[in-house]
Amino acid sequence: MKQLQLLSSTFLLVFLCTQTLTAQDEGGGLLDGLQIHGNFDVYGQQYNKDSIIGAPVVPQKSGINAFTNLIATKGKFTAGVRIESYLPPVQGFDVRYGNQPIGVPFRYATFKQDGLEVTAGNFYEQFGNGLILRAYEERALGIDNAFDGIRVKYSPYKGVYLKGLVGNQRYYWQKSDGIVRAFDSEFQLNELISQLETRALRISLGGSVVSKFQAGGTSSLKLPENVAGGAGRFQLNWKDFGLMGEYAYKANDPTKSNHYIYKEGQGLFMSATYSRKGFGVNISAKSIDNMEFRSDREAGLNDLFINYLPALTRQHTYNLAATLYPYATQPNGEVGIQGDLIYKIKRGSKIGGKYGTTIQINVSLINALKRDYYTSENIDTANALLDQQVYLDADPGRKGYKTNLLNIGDSVYYRDFNIEIDRKFTKHFKLKATYAFQEYNIALIQNKVSDNVVAHIGVVEGLHTFGKKHSIRWEAQTLFTDQDQGDWIFGLIEYGYSPHWIVTILNQYNYGNKVEDLRVNYPTAQVTYIQNALRMSIGYGRQRAGIFCVGGVCRNVPAANGLTVAITSSF
Amino acid sequence: MRQVFTLLAIALIASTTLQAQDGGRKIPAVEIKALNGASFNTGSIENDGNPIIISFWATWCSPCKRELNTIAEDFVDWQDETGVKLVAISIDDARNMHKVKPYVDGQSWEYEVYLDPNADFKRAMNVNNVPHTFLIDGDGNIVWQHNSYQPGDEHELYELVEKLAAGESIN
Repeated sequence: MKQLQLLSSTFLLVFLCTQTLTAQDEGGGLLDGLQIHGNFDVYGQQYNKDSIIGAPVVPQKSGINAFTNLIATKGKFTAGVRIESYLPPVQGFDVRYGNQPIGVPFRYATFKQDGLEVTAGNFYEQFGNGLILRAYEERALGIDNAFDGIRVKYSPYKGVYLKGLVGNQRYYWQKSDGIVRAFDSEFQLNELISQLETRALRISLGGSVVSKFQAGGTSSLKLPENVAGGAGRFQLNWKDFGLMGEYAYKANDPTKSNHYIYKEGQGLFMSATYSRKGFGVNISAKSIDNMEFRSDREAGLNDLFINYLPALTRQHTYNLAATLYPYATQPNGEVGIQGDLIYKIKRGSKIGGKYGTTIQINVSLINALKRDYYTSENIDTANALLDQQVYLDADPGRKGYKTNLLNIGDSVYYRDFNIEIDRKFTKHFKLKATYAFQEYNIALIQNKVSDNVVAHIGVVEGLHTFGKKHSIRWEAQTLFTDQDQGDWIFGLIEYGYSPHWIVTILNQYNYGNKVEDLRVNYPTAQVTYIQNALRMSIGYGRQRAGIFCVGGVCRNVPAANGLTVAITSSF
Repeated sequence: MRQVFTLLAIALIASTTLQAQDGGRKIPAVEIKALNGASFNTGSIENDGNPIIISFWATWCSPCKRELNTIAEDFVDWQDETGVKLVAISIDDARNMHKVKPYVDGQSWEYEVYLDPNADFKRAMNVNNVPHTFLIDGDGNIVWQHNSYQPGDEHELYELVEKLAAGESIN
């Protein structure tokens, strides 16, 4: 608290100084050219008792997550802080955020000049696709694995980009024990080699090395204290075609999650695209084995990841398709392929109609990576033996299993086939229809005892505009499945008065639940006010337990009943 | 509770005090990616003295796509009448960033599109959620910003673009 008071007084002083001094000193003083900007976000929830939907009882009866970013820039210098507060954390966020009600977990200073950039303090970073290193934040999910240390970026020649960093990672209000050291290089050949500058073929190459150190601890196993990893990548573009690939490797890294095996990890991610006006297609493939890379070998959940393994599936946006059965990457092993196509039927054509019609199709298939165990055909038995640290004659190297990245297993992790058709019928009316078929390994992803969930989802969305300011948007959604919670129906209606007001009413009903008492309605109403960068909303109702995802990473949102308030702005 | 109020107070004071200086703020220089994989420095965004719209979006954000697809219908007229340029910054990460070019071409957008997969530019511009839209005047100053989108907002945006193109102040 003292820290905060000190900080707030400092900032107030800086603001006042800026205001007074810039007015006084037009000639160019110390603070001339200093700019301070930032944003803030407050999200609060009040909780009523509601045992029928399984809402947890919250003794404090409410939760608030809030943060403010302040960034000051002057010439070659930038400095910033983020103040965060959890009083207590909103349900669904890790309770460890509540270990400290308020504080400054993020602060940094950066100096930039002539292709050199040095940052001291906290920073985020990504090498290539992130397969070997990605520190990032997803505040809505409570994910933040920022580094605290030093980073240097340097561009010695045109087309050559180098980065080096060392640091500990954020672990809620603490820092990881493990230290991460990393280096990345990227070469844009068309910039680097003048003869290639005007060629249609564009080539970029990159490579990175990452190493983490963590003391061995007291385990009876001799654990490697330094674990190295690396990745290589390329991207080619030629006219309408694009091709990209990245391969990542990690040396043996016994962790809690891989049952302390001394096996190396590998990952491969490829993506090809072709697109021209009105048509685009993308095909991607990914295979990963034992690629969970964290700065603490005991860490679980979304904690202390050094790398990022993207899920190769469509990121749905409609409620029932997005929050009941969303896929999450299985870092210990999976093989997947995805195809994505968009086609715009020309406006004015017979099928396209007066305003044109857009069709999007997406297919993704994810399976297990097949493994040959040294000890037993049964995975659970094999892992239990490893966990007990039993010495196995058949596996003297304690590698656990054998596999390669092309070894596709039989077990289905995920299937998704979806098609979306979007058409504007008149100047004031648009309609969008979506069908999705999903198969979801709920036993693996949500730890529920069940066969794979097979779901059929249908969505129709309409948008009507009236004059320049008024609009009505509605959604009707259904989900049919024989597994898990059975069938759902969802309806939403939203009235918009541009540019300030949005009123939304929605309800979802689990009418097909096998347990009659659980055939529950989840009505919610919300009013939002927007004024430029400021957005405020207040809502009341029931929130269904589900999985909330941003960018392919998810958190469980527990059921809740009550009031929600959200305020956000940038300045 | 007191702490939350302190936090809010700092934020509110900061936002009210600093809003006045919005006029002089330039686009921060951050290294992001072009759709063909080349590096792109956001400090080099310019439009020969004409206004610029910068719009943060993602392939998984429905209101973002609604906004950019709606503007796309009239964008040729917008360009003819005001010389405006739209720079669309996708915050899709590795999961979706390779689908951005097919989507952009598929929708026939006439925008300059860049990728910000680790949110570096988003952070530098203090964007919390997408869609978030900025207006830049002919001198490169950030003069207006707006969070979220609902149908009709494009009319307000275009009125502001017209004012900027005519050399009027919008504050």
